[in-house]
Amino acid sequence: MTGPWQVVRSGRATRLATSGLSAFGLLLFAVPFLFRTDVVQQLTTLCTLVILASMWNVLAGYGGLVSVGQQAFLGFGAYATVFLAQRDVHPYVAVVLAAGLSAVLAVALAPLLLRLRGGQFAVGTWVVAEALALLVALDEDLGGGTGVSLRGLNAYAPDWRRAYTYWLTLAFTLALLVAVFVLLRRRTGVAIQAVRDDEDAAAALGVRAGPLKFALFVLAGVGCGAAGALTLANTLFIQPQSIFGVQWSAYLLFMVLVGGIGSFEGPILGAVVFFLLQDWFAQFGAWYLIGLGLVAIGFALFRPRGLWSLAGDRLPFRLLPVGYALREPPATGRLGGSRRSASRQ
Amino acid sequence: MTLLRVTGLHARHGLLAAVRGVSFDVDEGEVVALIGANGAGKTTLLRTIAGAHPAAGGVIAYAGKDLEGLPAHRRVALGIALVPEGRRLFPELTVRENLTVAGRPGRWQLETVLDAFPRLRPLLDRPAAKLSGGQQQATAIARSLMTNPRLLLVDEVSLGLSPQAVDEVYDMIATLRGLGTTLVLVEQDLGRALAVAGRVICLLEGRITLEAPAAGLTRDRVVQAYFGFARTP
Amino acid sequence: MTWVNAILQGIFLGGLYALFACGLSLIFGVMRIINLAHGDLAVLGAFLVWSVTVTAGADPFVALLPVLPVMLVLGYLLHRTVLARSLRGGPLTPLLTTFGLAIVIQNGLLQAYSPDVRSLGGAAGGLATGSWRLTDQLSVSYLGLLVLVVAVLVLGGLHLLLRRTRFGREMRATAQDPDTAALVGIPAQSVYAKATAIAVATATLAGVFLAVRSTFDASSGPTQLIFAFEAVVIGGLGSIWGTLTGGIVLGVAQTLGATVDPQYSILAGHLVFLAVLASPRGRAVIR
Repeated sequence: MTGPWQVVRSGRATRLATSGLSAFGLLLFAVPFLFRTDVVQQLTTLCTLVILASMWNVLAGYGGLVSVGQQAFLGFGAYATVFLAQRDVHPYVAVVLAAGLSAVLAVALAPLLLRLRGGQFAVGTWVVAEALALLVALDEDLGGGTGVSLRGLNAYAPDWRRAYTYWLTLAFTLALLVAVFVLLRRRTGVAIQAVRDDEDAAAALGVRAGPLKFALFVLAGVGCGAAGALTLANTLFIQPQSIFGVQWSAYLLFMVLVGGIGSFEGPILGAVVFFLLQDWFAQFGAWYLIGLGLVAIGFALFRPRGLWSLAGDRLPFRLLPVGYALREPPATGRLGGSRRSASRQ
Repeated sequence: MTLLRVTGLHARHGLLAAVRGVSFDVDEGEVVALIGANGAGKTTLLRTIAGAHPAAGGVIAYAGKDLEGLPAHRRVALGIALVPEGRRLFPELTVRENLTVAGRPGRWQLETVLDAFPRLRPLLDRPAAKLSGGQQQATAIARSLMTNPRLLLVDEVSLGLSPQAVDEVYDMIATLRGLGTTLVLVEQDLGRALAVAGRVICLLEGRITLEAPAAGLTRDRVVQAYFGFARTP
Repeated sequence: MTWVNAILQGIFLGGLYALFACGLSLIFGVMRIINLAHGDLAVLGAFLVWSVTVTAGADPFVALLPVLPVMLVLGYLLHRTVLARSLRGGPLTPLLTTFGLAIVIQNGLLQAYSPDVRSLGGAAGGLATGSWRLTDQLSVSYLGLLVLVVAVLVLGGLHLLLRRTRFGREMRATAQDPDTAALVGIPAQSVYAKATAIAVATATLAGVFLAVRSTFDASSGPTQLIFAFEAVVIGGLGSIWGTLTGGIVLGVAQTLGATVDPQYSILAGHLVFLAVLASPRGRAVIR
């Protein structure tokens, strides 16, 4: 044994995995040319679930902020799209603008909600979602309580419309994942984890929790707003009681807990699992939801780091370089091999 | 008669070993002073005996009974009480409530405790948060007495108290000793410790470096054990 | 005059909200967690009472007698099985598990009782419908007054329990410092379990009054949780009589909103809540 161990971001295997994943992400853009349109539409749904799960994880897993009200942003994004489309903005442009408006909403709500901690934040966000739902239901121009359709996309042939919506959704998904990735990679990533682990201790080290939580809350707001707008673009019709419904939070809870809260990859895995379960078991109605609830409780109590911890701990390397690894000094002869140790993310 | 027998005790804080293979006995009616530098493992040792910190190995036997797996409140029922570091009174409860919430059947009831510590009487209806340091320590010791302990563990007896308050607390301890209570005290003030205790145990880096009767103990031996210049067998 | 009546009815409604809120407030005060299944537990209690009422043909308030002990036990077990373990998992875990529990209870009720909307008002007879007419537009319903009186009694009882009894002192001591509580012989987990049992029982009481007063179905729980939470925050966290004030403020806001337009009822309550949150007072309440 000579020399000290080195702390590295990534070994060769991780770099390969990252490149592979990036290539895979780009390859996904080709899907509409290769598969039937129902596959395209399904994948659009999956992408929105990935966005939502990642955003909820950003809040709960990194910010320590359990929100039961992210449907506020879903609904806001969707209805902002309708609102803009009714004023002759092109629907796809409206989707992008709606995501931006969701950021404005998040900035406006942050001072009110971020002063709440724990369960107070959870219910506080929920009240906001309920209030928005009631306000929307009052507005006849937005369809009131009965729902509203997104017009303007019927100019496209259905296949092309689905492909465009898919591409837009995929672009949002990748952009938001990259945003989360960058946030975790930079100094903020360490600070975020310090705050989550012990806000008071982090404050003593000079890490200010306020701005970090604000950034996470706004990012999650943008992401969930975009997901709402994209859901509308995918289904073309929304009702306030469903898009603002608290069942969204139940799904988010399930995806993130099962996938792995506080990890980058976990929520993506959780979204895929949920998507498949939804496909297979949704027909069982209430029993299906009882099952989801029980599984979520089970994971929270017995496997708090989710399925990803099972997979991630067995892999000899990380798929993405969001953590740190210890590398033995070259003199021991293990050139290029990286090992994970004491890296939480 | 041996009241407390600690054998090969280990305790950790995460990866850090705080108590490393400590063994000692305490006889009924004895007063033992536990000394050692900051971080020597004194507080962890007391908390482990009281059940407030998990043991990582070894045996704690109290009145011949193995305490393994017993939570703190059950040990209190058996007669072990700890006055924790920093007093830890319930700040929004009054002195009276702080005392009565700990009450158990036995000779120490509110009236008998107040007779022993009369200076608490005028403070009874004051919230604990509004007490001075000395008053807090007195209340904390009185609160532990309310549980009618056979073995009283007191952490940092005089830390942060004015000299006058220290005198008063030691008067209380002398009273308790007179009544036959078995005491283990953590004390930084060597002079005080040697004056009140029958025996001294010194910890260094989680191990016992000195165990001897207080009488006739030279300062040099204590200092050696305290700083570890030479290991005493 | 309609305004005066609205305020009067709002005060009575506030009694119901205070009843919903006190269990939520108790658990938060003692364990520092918000039980997101609180509303659903209340609705579960209402359904059990409904079952007893239907099978035995009993008055709902008679049916409550066997159901209350069942719910007390259920609350106790809820802590022993789920909450105790959640508390060890850090501050977020109780939120995640109680929200999961809420989903399970809601859908369990949906499966067991169908999505039908029900009411216990019919079974309660004259109590649910009768009222004293003070003037042409001003009336006091028996039920409204009863709910308010029960709310005051329950809150007063809790106050006395916390201030005057040994168990109350143990709850307060555990709330302030659970580790030290154990060092003076208080079994924190047992205190928590009993507090949860009491909270679930008061929720059941509130659920039954809701069911007699208006309607309920399997998905009524979340709304009641939100109202309870709003009442707690408006009134000031951790204060028992504040909870009553909070409930009444929320109730009056809703009835006044409804006087303008029935659609504004619940919205008005949310807006008052958000306004309190935004005010300097809200800042003090939240710490």
